[in-house]
Amino acid sequence: MKAQRPRGIGAYLAFFYPALMLGFFFVIPFATMVAVSFFHRQPGAFYIPAFELDNYRALATPLFSRVLVFSLLLGALCAALCVAAGLPFTYFITRLKRRFQVVWLVFLLAVLSLSEVIIGFSWSLLLSRTAGISNLLVRLGLMDHAVSWSPGLAALVLGLCYLAFPYTVLVLYPPLSRLDPALPEAARTLGASPLRTFFTVVVGTLRDAIVAAFIMVFVFTLGAYLLPQILGRPHHWTLSVLITDQAIYQSNMPQAAAMAIFFMGVSLALVGLTMVLGKRRRPAND
Amino acid sequence: MPALTLENIEKRFGKVVAVRDVNIHLPDGRFVCFLGPSGCGKTTLLRLVAGLENPTRGRILLDGADITHTPAHRRNFGMVFQSLALFPHLSVAENITYSLKVRKVDRRERLRRAGELLELVQLPGLMDRHVGQLSGGQRQRVAIARALAIEPRLFLLDEPLSALDAKLREDMQLELRMLQQRLQITTILVTHDQREAMTMSDLVVVMGPDNRVHQMGTPLEIYRRPADTFVADFIGTSNLLEGVCSEAGEVTVAATRLAVTEVPGGISPGDAVTVSVRPESIHVLPGREPGPNRFCGRVSFIRDVGSSVEIFLDCGDFQIISMSTPKGRPQVAQGDEATAELPADACVVLKR
Repeated sequence: MKAQRPRGIGAYLAFFYPALMLGFFFVIPFATMVAVSFFHRQPGAFYIPAFELDNYRALATPLFSRVLVFSLLLGALCAALCVAAGLPFTYFITRLKRRFQVVWLVFLLAVLSLSEVIIGFSWSLLLSRTAGISNLLVRLGLMDHAVSWSPGLAALVLGLCYLAFPYTVLVLYPPLSRLDPALPEAARTLGASPLRTFFTVVVGTLRDAIVAAFIMVFVFTLGAYLLPQILGRPHHWTLSVLITDQAIYQSNMPQAAAMAIFFMGVSLALVGLTMVLGKRRRPAND
Repeated sequence: MPALTLENIEKRFGKVVAVRDVNIHLPDGRFVCFLGPSGCGKTTLLRLVAGLENPTRGRILLDGADITHTPAHRRNFGMVFQSLALFPHLSVAENITYSLKVRKVDRRERLRRAGELLELVQLPGLMDRHVGQLSGGQRQRVAIARALAIEPRLFLLDEPLSALDAKLREDMQLELRMLQQRLQITTILVTHDQREAMTMSDLVVVMGPDNRVHQMGTPLEIYRRPADTFVADFIGTSNLLEGVCSEAGEVTVAATRLAVTEVPGGISPGDAVTVSVRPESIHVLPGREPGPNRFCGRVSFIRDVGSSVEIFLDCGDFQIISMSTPKGRPQVAQGDEATAELPADACVVLKR
C-alpha cells in the first residue's frame, strides 16, 4: 500500500506550527546563546559581537571545576537515590488493585503542581531549628534538643529528590505495569527468593527504563538553581546557580553562555556514556 | 504412596470461589491433565500446587510431607507458564541455567547442563541465542528445558501449547509425552483442549464450571464411563437422552424402553435419569423398524468428513447423532426415514 501524502497547504500547516514554535522558542535562543558565548564582554556595558575563545579559557578556574564536579555528582546522587527508591515503590504500586494505583498516581501528580519555590521554602521551614520536625522529635522524646538541618547537603538532596521523585515514578510506571507477572513467578518456581527475583528479573528486564529514569533525574537536577540557594550553603551551589549569578548579577552574558554550553556538553557526554553502558550487554535483536 | 495429595483444597479470591473442595491423589511418575472449560479453576489449582497461591482451606502433601505453606522457591517444581515467561534480557543458556545459578552451581557445570538440556529438547547449538530471536516452537522448548534444569520433583505445565498453531501443537504434544515417559517425571498439564488431555495423559482430572472436580480417571474410563452429565457432554460428543428409570436394567425414554446393562447405585425406579450414548456405538438402519432400544426418525443431516460419517437423526423431541466409518456407512440419505439402535452396554445411566 502506498502511504498517502498530505494534500494541500492545510496539511502542511499542521507541521508548520510546531516547527515554528520549536524554531522560535528553542533553536533561535540556543543559537543566540552559542553566538554570545564567543562575543566580547564590554565591562560596564553589555557585549559586542566578536569571535574569541576568552570566555571558554576563563572557565579554567579551580572554582568552576569544583562546582562542575559537585553539580554532576549531586545530579548522579539524586538520580541514584530516586531510582533506588522509585523502583521498588513503583513495583509495589503496580501490584496493587487498579483503584489504589490511581490514588497513588494522583497523589504523586499533585506534588508536581507545587512550585519549586514553595517546595524549597516548605522544606527549609520543616528542617529549621525553630519550627522544624526536630521539635516534634524532641516532644516525642526521641531527641534532646531541636537542631537545624537546613541549609545543608542533606536538605538539598532531600529537596531535589522530593521534586524529582514523581517524575521517576511516572517514567517507571508504564514499563513496570506492562511487566508480565509470570516473569517474577517463573523466577520463584526456579528457586529464586523474592528479593533475588526482584534484582535479577524485575531490574534486569527493565534495564532500559531504569537507565531512562536515571538520566531524566540527573538532567533534571543539573538544571535546578533555586533549591541549592534555598536549602544549600554557598559551597553547595550548583553550576546553574553560578551561571545565573554570572548572567544576572555580574552582567557577564558571554561568560554565562560559555559556562552553560560547556556544562551542557559535559552533561550530554555523560548521558551518552550512561546509555552506552546501559545497552552494552543487550543483544542486537529483540 | 501417591506423589501428590490435595486434601479438601479450597481457594477463594475475595468472595469468588476459584477451587472448591478438591480431594485428589496423583500417583508417582504419571502424566496427569487438569481438564475443564475456562474459569473452572484448573489453572488456580496448578498454581496452588506450585505455591504461587495459598489455599484458603485444605492441605497439600508431597510424598507424605505437608508442603501447604512451603514457598514456591523452596518446592523444587519446574513450571512452564502459558506466556512461557522466558526472561527477555537473558540468552537461551542463561534462561535455562537460571535455576542452577540460584543454586550456586559453578559456571562450567551450568554450561554442560545447558548443552545437555538443549540436546534433550532438540535445540542443540542455540546456547548464545537471544530469546527474542527464537520461533514459537523454539521458545516452547527453551521454556521446557528451563523448567527441567533442576530435575524437578513435579513438572507443571499451564496450557503451554495453546499459543502454537495446530500442526506444531500436535508435534509438541507427542514430544512432551515422549519426554515425560523417558524421564519418568510426575507431570501435571492444565488444558481446556480435551483432545490434548485424552492423547497425552495417563490420568485426567475433569473440572466443571462449578469449580469442583467431577471425575478422575484414565482417558478411556472418562470417555466410556462419564461420572455425570457434565463430563459426558464435555468430553467428546454424547447423545444425552432424558428418561425415567423404570425397573432394574431399564429406562423409559419417550415411550421407548431402553435396556441398559448397569444402573448405578443410588438410583431407584421412578427417578429421572439421563442416558449418555457415544455416537460411534449407535447403529443406524434404513427404514422404520421399531423395537427395544430403537428410536425411529428422519435423517436431518449427514456430515461426511472422509475418515468418518456422522448421521443426525431427528426423532421429534430429541436428536440422535451416530458416527460410523465410511466402510460401515448405513445406506440412508438426507430426508430418509431411519432407525437408530442403541446397544444396552453402550448406554451409561447418569443421575439427573
